[in-house]
Amino acid sequence: MLNRKLFPIAALAVAAATASVVPSRGGSDVGNNVSHFTLANGLDLVVIPDRRTPVVTHMIWYKVGSADETAGKSGIAHFLEHLMFKGTAKHPAGQFSRTVSKLGGQENAFTSTDYTGYFQRTSREYLPTLMEFEADRMTGLVLSDDVVLPELQVVLEEQNMRVANNPGARLGEQVVAALYLNHPYGRPVIGWRHEIEQLNREDALAFYRRFYTPNNAVVVVAGDVTAAEVKTLAESTYGKVKQLGPVGPRLRPKEPIPQAVRHVTLADPRVAQPSLQRSYLVPSYATAQPGEAEALDVLAHVLGSGSTSRLYRSLVAEKGIATSAGAWYQGSALDFSRLGVYATPKPGVTLPQLEDAMDAAIAVIADEGISASELERAKTRMIADVVYDQDNQATLARWYGTALTTGMSVESVRTWPDRIRTVTADAVRAAARQFLDKRRSVTGYLMKEAARQEEKRS
Amino acid sequence: MRAIVLRRLIRPSVFALAGALTFSLASIAQATRIERVVSPGGIEAWLVRDKSVPLISIDFAFRGGAIQDPADKAGVANMVSALLDEGAGELDSKAFHERLEEKAIQLGFSAGRDHFRGWLRTLTENREQAFELLRLALTAPRFDPQEVERVRGQVIARLTRESTSPNDISGKRWWSTAFPGHPYGRPVSGTLESVPRIGADDLKTYTRRVFARDKLKIAVVGDIDAAATSALLDKVFGSLAPTAELAPVEAARPEGLGRRIVIELDVPQAVVTFGGPGIARKDPDFMAAYIVNHILGGGSFSSRLYREVREKRGLAYSVYSQLVWLDHASMLMGGTGTRAERTFETIDIIEQEMRRLAETGPTEDELAQAKSYLKGSYALGFDTSAKIAGQLVQIQIDDLGIDYIDRRSGLIDAVTIGDVRRVAKRLLDSGLLVTVVGRPQGVTTKGHGG
Repeated sequence: MLNRKLFPIAALAVAAATASVVPSRGGSDVGNNVSHFTLANGLDLVVIPDRRTPVVTHMIWYKVGSADETAGKSGIAHFLEHLMFKGTAKHPAGQFSRTVSKLGGQENAFTSTDYTGYFQRTSREYLPTLMEFEADRMTGLVLSDDVVLPELQVVLEEQNMRVANNPGARLGEQVVAALYLNHPYGRPVIGWRHEIEQLNREDALAFYRRFYTPNNAVVVVAGDVTAAEVKTLAESTYGKVKQLGPVGPRLRPKEPIPQAVRHVTLADPRVAQPSLQRSYLVPSYATAQPGEAEALDVLAHVLGSGSTSRLYRSLVAEKGIATSAGAWYQGSALDFSRLGVYATPKPGVTLPQLEDAMDAAIAVIADEGISASELERAKTRMIADVVYDQDNQATLARWYGTALTTGMSVESVRTWPDRIRTVTADAVRAAARQFLDKRRSVTGYLMKEAARQEEKRS
Repeated sequence: MRAIVLRRLIRPSVFALAGALTFSLASIAQATRIERVVSPGGIEAWLVRDKSVPLISIDFAFRGGAIQDPADKAGVANMVSALLDEGAGELDSKAFHERLEEKAIQLGFSAGRDHFRGWLRTLTENREQAFELLRLALTAPRFDPQEVERVRGQVIARLTRESTSPNDISGKRWWSTAFPGHPYGRPVSGTLESVPRIGADDLKTYTRRVFARDKLKIAVVGDIDAAATSALLDKVFGSLAPTAELAPVEAARPEGLGRRIVIELDVPQAVVTFGGPGIARKDPDFMAAYIVNHILGGGSFSSRLYREVREKRGLAYSVYSQLVWLDHASMLMGGTGTRAERTFETIDIIEQEMRRLAETGPTEDELAQAKSYLKGSYALGFDTSAKIAGQLVQIQIDDLGIDYIDRRSGLIDAVTIGDVRRVAKRLLDSGLLVTVVGRPQGVTTKGHGG
């Protein structure tokens, strides 16, 4: 789950930066020469050379996620992701996975609100095989109820494991559902259980035929490759897949301006340790005014990243009323996104008491802003993380795949450190004032019993 | 949550690094040229130099993890791991963290059952400050009372949360039943009873006994040469005690085989942990056993358990098995999660598959597939500095030799169908201890009581 991480775009040209941190001699050799091109059938390709190890990461990202589902069919994007492993006319069920395994490869797939991705990692020489299989299943999927019905049970067990068995995750779903009054981001990616139960083969195929087409996908290849060889390979595999036709713009219902402070409480006898989580409706990189998302990124860092952050210092270290506290910003989203804060109370502290203290800490940032040293520390750390991330080809591949499926460009990834560098303390305070307005938020309480804590609220 | 939902659960890497992954070995070896560096002070590290990214990764491990906790104070090593960066030398907790943040230095520690591990990531140009902070953390941790209390509160909050989490309950009950009275039976993070008993003296005593040069394994990867590595070793680790004072730990074998223990909890999915005796890392049959486990329920998505439990019947999202090799015990363990009314059936299928594999062994084709995967995927564990550092420490812990990366493919190729058939019987025929948490129907505790 990536939602606790800062927006993972970041960049490659990490040359001059805050003098103390960023390598003065021009950054690394990895990821500096990213190529981006489009095939005649509309398929986007990004190539990220990393020649250190003879390994390649091959990913395909479809520009479709749970927010693109038809109302009433929640979970279909994710269910289809599972069914994509069930074979084609050319490569019957299991053949792709068996081949990847025989080649010593690893594979997996993932679904989010705005994208669905599939990836394999193998020795570099098998890239043509991976591309051939992946291109084949872009339009060649064959489904029968023999495989669809058991897989639906698998997905229901996945929902049990991730959500139903876990009160914190159930509260998370409720907070998000309450936050989005109109936008489909309010639905869980995995779907609502009663709707998952009704999904079938026809739903999956209809969704597949609507969204799985080369002009709605991005292939990202990172590792021991050159752009030229990837392009040649892509033309002879993906290049032969015909477009189904235009997919159309991704227009989802927009959120109204939020008006009301909202609270939700999930009470479950199994909650031994209460906690509090809150989400604010905030712009994403794709929807923000220039500079706004960068300021939100820095704001979330100063507010709640690590033990020098405001929330941790205030609630955990100084007041001693919480055992943990933090914040995060989900910057990568096609539509309005979320900034979250969370804390776990110490024994004897009620959730309303904890919430009041959290509100006070947030109010200080909105009123007084942040210090120059806080700003510098945050920038230093955020920009250095870009350097650390260059050590990992799979991480680089995820940056670009995420960016290109959530309304951003390769260029925006490249310039991210420079844009973070220009964030001012004033911009951070302005972002806090505008967006950390409680009316934009939903606060979730996780507790054993609902009534008792509510009574204590003064 | 705007979660990313993965199609398949990545197996929990709770135990020893599942050492497993190789392919064009020549090319890994080329990319991963390991130098043995020994400092003037006699401290050894394995170094892989890589100048393409301007950063340095250091991983290290002391033998003596949570099993060195005092018997009535489980959780000492874990608390030490959380407190080393909460103030050291002249720097209090806040100052120490600010130093780390100012230079974007990443420093972390963790306690496992057998080892206490640490890791450092720094940009090359900040390496001197990074090494100094690591030195302070290891040699002069303060354990200031307010920080000890803060961390204790965090550990207790986590243990409290785990007290109603089916996965945690199931795993802890498995270990405490399999190893009664043995250090492996105690939870690494301690218990709600033991953690309040831990004092600063216990933490200090632990670091004095365990942080010693003779039980230390180190790997350094990245933009640093042998001379600088050598200086780093003496600077950071040179003032540690020459020899550790480890309490002896007896060899153990999991008990309770054949038992099924049900712990009632009102959750829709029953969580199952299973395990039986495994095979020691030094055993000549280890590689054959590694292959057998891969075929049964190992890393790829074509294992027998995956096929029978998940693909054919849709009984579970996650089902896996793995070899766990510790210093004083070894296991084959696994887990799954399934709905209440089919829990019994699921456990039966797992046990049947294990018996079937024990009786008839893997097929030639399965053996070939497994060998191909295990050789081919090894390189995937070497594509980042951090992964390389982790692998090199594990190879040292397992005492496999600095040439292991080159030899590994040959060891896999040498395993015959006769070997895997023989070892399947040896590995899978002992019966399982099974713990189940939830409201399973049709499963009742068997063996001697709950």
